[in-house]
Amino acid sequence: MPGLETLVFYGLATLTVGGAAGVAFSRNILRAAFLLLGALAGTAGLYFFMGADFVGVTQILIYVGGISVLLLFAVLLTSRIGDVRVSNQGLGYGAALPIAGLVGTFLVVAAMRAAWRQTDAVAAPTTARIGDAFLREYLLPFELVSIVLLMALVGAMVVARRAVRDAGVAAVATAASAEATATSGAEPGDPAALAGSGSARP
Amino acid sequence: MTGGTSGSLAVIGLRHFVVLSAVLFTLGLTTVATRRNAVAILMGIELILNAAALNFVAFAHYGHGAITGQVFAVFVVVLAAAEAAVALAIVLSVYRSFRAIDVTRLDTLKD
Repeated sequence: MPGLETLVFYGLATLTVGGAAGVAFSRNILRAAFLLLGALAGTAGLYFFMGADFVGVTQILIYVGGISVLLLFAVLLTSRIGDVRVSNQGLGYGAALPIAGLVGTFLVVAAMRAAWRQTDAVAAPTTARIGDAFLREYLLPFELVSIVLLMALVGAMVVARRAVRDAGVAAVATAASAEATATSGAEPGDPAALAGSGSARP
Repeated sequence: MTGGTSGSLAVIGLRHFVVLSAVLFTLGLTTVATRRNAVAILMGIELILNAAALNFVAFAHYGHGAITGQVFAVFVVVLAAAEAAVALAIVLSVYRSFRAIDVTRLDTLKD
């Protein structure tokens, strides 16, 4: 009879690895994005499992709440998601799978064989200690990372604003010409047509 | 200090987390290597970053109880956020030029 700790760990590990496997092998880009959300949430659970409360909450706030939504926006804004051949075509697993399998096998075997030294872990609140570390030992990286964030956000806005504005104008033009030529071709439920009309809005 | 919990697989220990992180890394690597959609490749990169951050936290927890690993995990998360924001902007810009984000068709940096 496995203990509660073992059950919780394997549950979270299944969620994480299952989500990651879905991202790696799903043919539907939107499904992959939602499965990535599961993998990130599972990782957050593993952080809580290890007593890293601050990192776990950060993971949920930034990854699950922020980055996943950003990725969803990227998916919905760019590709004709209904069409798998357009939205998430694979390059073929011929060369990639053996290499990835080799790397994975090597890593897992190395992790299993290594004589890891570990101390008995104590779970204690970490937020105060992390705050201390940020403002004492890691003050310079902390300030640098804030500059990096500011530059990244301003840069992203500058690049994306022009992109969205121009894409809106171009989409209106192409949608107008496409509607004139291909009204008979598109079925009512055609996802590509839906995505096309969605992106036509400036 | 050394043996005990680290030796057996029955008790959850550092070994479990390192193996799990290796599996996550491998799946991320597979995603990056096999996808043509730039956003899907970005998802693979997020998986790889997650595997690295998971290792940081695991070694911090099962090591000597230092906080350093967790601080680095927070840095990883923050830099991943910055990377995702910039990547989304670049993806939108690329989509505008190429009407697709298939990385095998992106062969120029300007019009």
